[in-house]
Amino acid sequence: MSVPHAALKPQPASAFDVERIRADFPILVLKIDGKPLVYLDNAASSQMPQPVIDRLVCYVTSQHANIHRAVHTLSETATHEYEEARRKLARFINAREDHEVIFTSGTTDGINLVAQTYGRKFIGKGDEIILTTLEHHSNIVPWQMLAEEKGAKIRVVPVNDAGELLLDEYEKLFNPRTKFVAVGHVSNALGTINPVKLMIASAHVRGVPVLVDGAQAVPHMKVNVQDLDCDFYAFSGHKMCGPTGIGVLYGKTALLEKMPPFKGGGDMILSVSFKKTIYAGLPNKFEAGTPPIAGAIGLAAAADYLSGIGLNAINTYEHELLEYATAQIQRLPGVHIIGTAKRKTAVLSFVIDGVHPHDVGTLLNQEGIAVRTGHHCAQPMMERFKVPATTRASFAFYNTLAEVDALIAGIREVQKVFL
Amino acid sequence: MADSKVLYQEVILDHNRKPRNYGVLVRPSHQADGYNPLCGDRLHLTLQVGGDNIDAIAFEGESCAICKASASMMTAAVKGKTREDAETLFHEFREMATGRLDPATGHHLGRLTVFAGVRDLPTRVKCAILPWHTLHAALNSVATVTTEADADPMHAPIGNA
Repeated sequence: MSVPHAALKPQPASAFDVERIRADFPILVLKIDGKPLVYLDNAASSQMPQPVIDRLVCYVTSQHANIHRAVHTLSETATHEYEEARRKLARFINAREDHEVIFTSGTTDGINLVAQTYGRKFIGKGDEIILTTLEHHSNIVPWQMLAEEKGAKIRVVPVNDAGELLLDEYEKLFNPRTKFVAVGHVSNALGTINPVKLMIASAHVRGVPVLVDGAQAVPHMKVNVQDLDCDFYAFSGHKMCGPTGIGVLYGKTALLEKMPPFKGGGDMILSVSFKKTIYAGLPNKFEAGTPPIAGAIGLAAAADYLSGIGLNAINTYEHELLEYATAQIQRLPGVHIIGTAKRKTAVLSFVIDGVHPHDVGTLLNQEGIAVRTGHHCAQPMMERFKVPATTRASFAFYNTLAEVDALIAGIREVQKVFL
Repeated sequence: MADSKVLYQEVILDHNRKPRNYGVLVRPSHQADGYNPLCGDRLHLTLQVGGDNIDAIAFEGESCAICKASASMMTAAVKGKTREDAETLFHEFREMATGRLDPATGHHLGRLTVFAGVRDLPTRVKCAILPWHTLHAALNSVATVTTEADADPMHAPIGNA
């Protein structure tokens, strides 16, 4: 399989210097079985640029100690850097207060936190929680666990054939028992960008709070939690060029204050006796135990890195990749894109006639192309589109048009094998 | 990784295109369902066992090429054999797919050795083994078999998933 020369391809209209950016990512020079790595699994996890790696190395080699405890210099340095990371992330999503940024282990952890604290306190028997067909399992299962425990009910917003939420149906789901809405900002499996701002406004008219799962949005667009007016917003570090094991839950101060703690332990208390324990204020109330300090600092470095390039520039460039890839795939006979929403991030889920996605994944891997195959932790969505699985190519700002061509050539190879 | 190219060889592609013994037996004496949650492979296996002999066997389901070809070749291999022969093949196939049996040494696998290459593709081992687990479950009257959380296919949880 030959990859057409990049110079022959239309260059992106924006002055986005992708080659300079690629030089920041050491992993991108890897070869897989002698073929250059074409990494198109960014919706699962993104790669880390050198400035983030350097920041982690700097922290562990010269700044590490436990935080919020000792009076010695290193502990003070680590505490300062950790809280500085919180401040940077608060600015990154435009939170009103730094303490509205709670460090979690990731999006899943953040959603579970809200379900187990806000949910257990304020959602009861017969109450209803609105979710959507597009949700990742991590924004379904925590609510099902809560609903099962409390005798609450899950209502689901349906989608049209393009993979867009049916807003009329969403409006109809509300009733006086509706107590919560949890919706993904961007679908991980299809890339659909949901109109969350509208949905939040609708819910607020009825006094219903909204959690937004932002795992697939934060790496690709400028997110402004005050403008969205969401009550909670959860995202992960490793999908935005940061480390694994770290994420952020944003919550409005008034709500976070009303919520009981999630986990018990050190760092989340003011005082402990066997008669009574007094919990700490925000954000410590929700950060029991020693947090992933290096992770938080690395995540802030990733936010700085993305901001340095500019989320708008990233968004524009990725959209060009999406349009090019969509047009190329649509020209291939026997290949069908699942998810054709008008507003999408650079995610292409597709099926090839007569070829199971797992075989596609194994054969593309032979060409050095990393894609995700399977149900993408979104089985209700797969059922809606009547496919057991899809192949998903998900792009980041460090991908190139030449890599799109490599994908297309790879798909042709797969079709040849199964002819 | 060159082995994955070897894996998708003509005999496997042929069984994927034209699976043998595809369908459902009307009044089976034994049956089981196999499910691989990782890729969504689903198999329904029906058998007619008379005395100790597998008189008839059929499968249907939705799966990747490796799984479907493996099921097709399995049915062809065990049809007319005794339960004991089938169990022997099940064990040998499992050992080969997990790299514990050298296809060049003594065994009864015959053409089933075309699946030896999966040992180099850890995520695909389950695809090839699922039909055999399902057969083993059917012969031992277990309704459903799943490869969920099955890091070591030797210890596949068998039961009602």
